[in-house]
Amino acid sequence: MTESLPLRELLIQGTYLVSSVFFIVGLRGLSSPEKARAGMGYAALGMLLAIVGTLLHAEIVRFEWLFGGLLIGTIIGVVIGRPLFISVPMTAMPQWVALSHAAGAVAATLVGINEYMILRPEVAAGTMAALGFEVLLGALTVTGSVMAFGKLQEILPGRPVTWPLQNVLNLLLLAGAVALLVVLMVNPALSTAFWVMLAIAAGLGVLMVLPIGGADMPVVISLLNAYAGLSASAMGFALDNNLLIIVGALDGASGFLLSILMCKAMNRSFTNVLFGAFGAPAAAAAGTLADGREMRAITPDDAAVRLAYARLVVVVPGYGLAVAQAQHALRELTDLLEKRGVEVKYAIHPVAGRMPGHMNVLLAEANVPYDRLFDMEEVNGEFPRTDVALVIGANDVVNPAARTDPGSPIYGMPILDVDKAQSVMVLKRGKGAGFAGIENELFFDPKTFMLFGDAKASLTRLVTEVKSL
Amino acid sequence: MNLTTVIQLYVFVLAGFVGYQVISRVPPLLHTPLMSAANALTGISLVGSLVAAGSNHGRLSTIMGFIAVICATVNVVGGFLITDRMLKMFKRDDRKAP
Repeated sequence: MTESLPLRELLIQGTYLVSSVFFIVGLRGLSSPEKARAGMGYAALGMLLAIVGTLLHAEIVRFEWLFGGLLIGTIIGVVIGRPLFISVPMTAMPQWVALSHAAGAVAATLVGINEYMILRPEVAAGTMAALGFEVLLGALTVTGSVMAFGKLQEILPGRPVTWPLQNVLNLLLLAGAVALLVVLMVNPALSTAFWVMLAIAAGLGVLMVLPIGGADMPVVISLLNAYAGLSASAMGFALDNNLLIIVGALDGASGFLLSILMCKAMNRSFTNVLFGAFGAPAAAAAGTLADGREMRAITPDDAAVRLAYARLVVVVPGYGLAVAQAQHALRELTDLLEKRGVEVKYAIHPVAGRMPGHMNVLLAEANVPYDRLFDMEEVNGEFPRTDVALVIGANDVVNPAARTDPGSPIYGMPILDVDKAQSVMVLKRGKGAGFAGIENELFFDPKTFMLFGDAKASLTRLVTEVKSL
Repeated sequence: MNLTTVIQLYVFVLAGFVGYQVISRVPPLLHTPLMSAANALTGISLVGSLVAAGSNHGRLSTIMGFIAVICATVNVVGGFLITDRMLKMFKRDDRKAP
């Protein structure tokens, strides 16, 4: 550490240092919507500097593959990224993020494998440990993300897939992979151990995500993000690269924090989400409660009158709004209502939709100003003076069983107190239970009116009806 | 464990701490963009991929590096594009004068 670094190395390290600062400043920007875009600009600049700094690397002697890869990657990134976002906007976002994780993790894993094959048969124990964690976490993230994608895209069953001793088996496999890593640290030449470890990690990704229900996927995606970050950090340890360590740690922290926040919002522990196989189907006849009460349907013209003559309408959006792509129709309806003097607020449950803040982005897309959106704590006190609570494609986040029924799987989850409103109007596709498969007593409440049908069609109909009043 | 590793551990822990502090200030409103931004950052594995693709360690190594560069670049470019598109949509209410 005493002798001075060569100029080239100093230049690389300087660039990396500036790059890390840009990344932190960029994430800092996300603390307010005004500064967020500029912040991401800084982060992108940080990434550019990271690339430039890396190109100075002494080990890089040929540039044709490298630039070819950058070019092809950029083209794919632009071509796939943009149109996908335009044509299937908000609903496909979680899947896209999952798939993008998979891509990043493939890179991390390949680099790890490559590094091992170059260094073998003599790898220092520390480096081997770092490489091991890199490919372990990387491979797990790849298969886990692909599974999460499959579940959200409904290629695979969204319901939890369970079998006996599942968690025990997973833990044993994990222990096995770690044991193999220890073997490798002692005897790095044993490449069979390396490949078996890699295969176990890839298998674990699949096995870990299978038992987790579709409703919990955001937590999983966030967690996989953390793993991908840690994998990058491990790569940094293996390659003696501080930038990788820093950005990986930032990523890891953000992934873990987000998944913890989401679990808190559902009032469930981390372990419960990961090992609980939540969302197993509940047996209940659709449209009828055990005591024989039935849902009460309402006609669109009746619904329009109720909305138009209300003083305060609180809109509660859920995943159904995203599926139906009904956010623009909703915006049109609330604009009309506001013109008539109705006060309109949006109540956002932290886990409404399939990602944290999913509803915020969805409504932002329809140009709903973000200062009209209220968090659960802010808006819950408003419900007693709300004339109509308009629930659109939301179910579990307004289910009073979370407060009243200790036997319910969602008992204890904080919910929007929609049942305290003067009246409730629910836009719902059909009579079935919610994503988590739990029957909702709110829908059978005497003050609740159900408007069945596709949310977009229903909202468009309501717009026409309100106009004609 | 040598000195370099110790310093690296310091960097790791402190960066994780900074990350925690910065991220805990992000309002729920921006959690989806944050998720997408974090996703873009995962593409930092591009740094290692570039070295692998550009160094001279035989054909297999170059090909693996090449694929890694493509994947990581897709992650970076796609991640930043989507985050930006999302953030572009967040607007304050201009109709209502404060």
